[in-house]
Amino acid sequence: MAGLKDATAIVGIGQTPFAKHLPEDERTLACRAVLAALDDAGIAPGEVDALASYTMEETDEVELAKACGFGDLTFFSKVGFGGGGSCATVAHLAAAITAGQASVGVAWRSRKRGSGPRPWTNTTVQLPTPAQWTRPYGLLRPVDEIAMLTRRYMHEYGATRDHLFNVALACRNRANQNPAAIMYDRPLTREMYMTSRWVSEPLCLFDNCLETDGALACVVVSAERARDCRREPVYVHSAAQSLPAQHHGMVNYWNDDPLTGPAWSAARHLWKHSDLAPEDVDVAQIYDAFTPLVLLSLEGYGFCGRGEGGAFTEGGALETGGLLPVNTGGGGLSEAYVHGFNLINEGVKQLRGTSTAQVPGASTCLVTAGEGVPTSALLLRN
Amino acid sequence: MLRPVTDPDGAPFWEYAARGELRVQGCVECGELRFPPRPCCPHCQSFEAEWRLVSGGGRVWSYVVPHPPLLPDYAELAPYNVVVVELDEAPRIRLVGNLVAEPGAAIDSMPAERLRIGARVRVVLGDGLPAWVLERA
Repeated sequence: MAGLKDATAIVGIGQTPFAKHLPEDERTLACRAVLAALDDAGIAPGEVDALASYTMEETDEVELAKACGFGDLTFFSKVGFGGGGSCATVAHLAAAITAGQASVGVAWRSRKRGSGPRPWTNTTVQLPTPAQWTRPYGLLRPVDEIAMLTRRYMHEYGATRDHLFNVALACRNRANQNPAAIMYDRPLTREMYMTSRWVSEPLCLFDNCLETDGALACVVVSAERARDCRREPVYVHSAAQSLPAQHHGMVNYWNDDPLTGPAWSAARHLWKHSDLAPEDVDVAQIYDAFTPLVLLSLEGYGFCGRGEGGAFTEGGALETGGLLPVNTGGGGLSEAYVHGFNLINEGVKQLRGTSTAQVPGASTCLVTAGEGVPTSALLLRN
Repeated sequence: MLRPVTDPDGAPFWEYAARGELRVQGCVECGELRFPPRPCCPHCQSFEAEWRLVSGGGRVWSYVVPHPPLLPDYAELAPYNVVVVELDEAPRIRLVGNLVAEPGAAIDSMPAERLRIGARVRVVLGDGLPAWVLERA
């Protein structure tokens, strides 16, 4: 069985500026990011025949295709569960291209979370099953749901706020090197972290991602086609999606084992279909809507043992030159929170050697999507 | 304050709660309890369910203390607590709720420093929304 291994490659990436407020609407931002990615790849818009994005994306396929001048589309998909779908967009395009359903795929994400309303304030929208069991009690926001898991995690394994700070700091330090990052010129200190306001105890302001306006896109083609593109191909070595047995989304308390989230099962598939192991990963872009997700993901993807995510962050392990540099563009915590698409593009930059916090000689990069929801992941290599 | 927006699977829970009973959905065929309620049993796929009365005793599995920005009614009470309680009868059944100082008290009535994982609690069913109080030692 051939599978997806190295069968496709990302050959173009594009992005708009990131800011708290951008004047243009989501659709315009989407078009800008997509056309920038196609230009980066050296591929004409008329050649695009596949699209993939994820839910909570307001720009639909018809509008994007019309505005950008795509050809006949033969494949399009939207992956469910918000931020869990980021890596799956590339995976769906890779699968479609490998199966012969399309030849040039574009994945994209456009959001105005910086200047738009917060999704959780819309209580008229009937949320999935958990809402009736949680919202009346005041468990209202994603941060409250993840803080509940975090408190239990700290209790069971002795993880501390310093461990969470290590995650926030690594992201901020990398953002301080990245002129495109919202937190480019704003260093973070331990004192700032420890004295910042609570959002949902035990999580404080700096444990939360940034509310951001912005859009990103990437272009996926077959490995064969990639050899003729403008840029060095970044191969999709392995890809995974996961909705584990008895998973319950952000409120995973109804699972037998709430502290093993979708990262664990995504990782099993990812490594099984890969020639690589966690110790072969040079750099990782780990979904960081909240700092504790990084600890849970480090365990899930096998960089350390269960309950060891906190200790793993000690001694600068997540920093440049550390055991596993993470979120080298600044991540959702300090570059931009665009439902994790910036992590995909940053992975590509690392393997092209063009990151603003380049890991010397990086040849493999793990990219993950939202943990705590049905998720996805990519293993990229050059 | 938000009231539960029920669905057909969940409605019996709230109807029992309004009558002062804490009941959890269980499978008639294999006997397994499940939560949240759903159409069929994930263990044996039976569609035959019943609602079992539970003792209302449990332990705090975890808790959070939300601070603004929150919906206005909740922001007024913040910081308050939200707990997850593991039921005595079924440790895998974990209910979200609030720990209050006494039956009928507001969700901000229990000082945060008194919250502790593992604390024994028992349910109080006043206005149909289950709340929890510390069990006297």
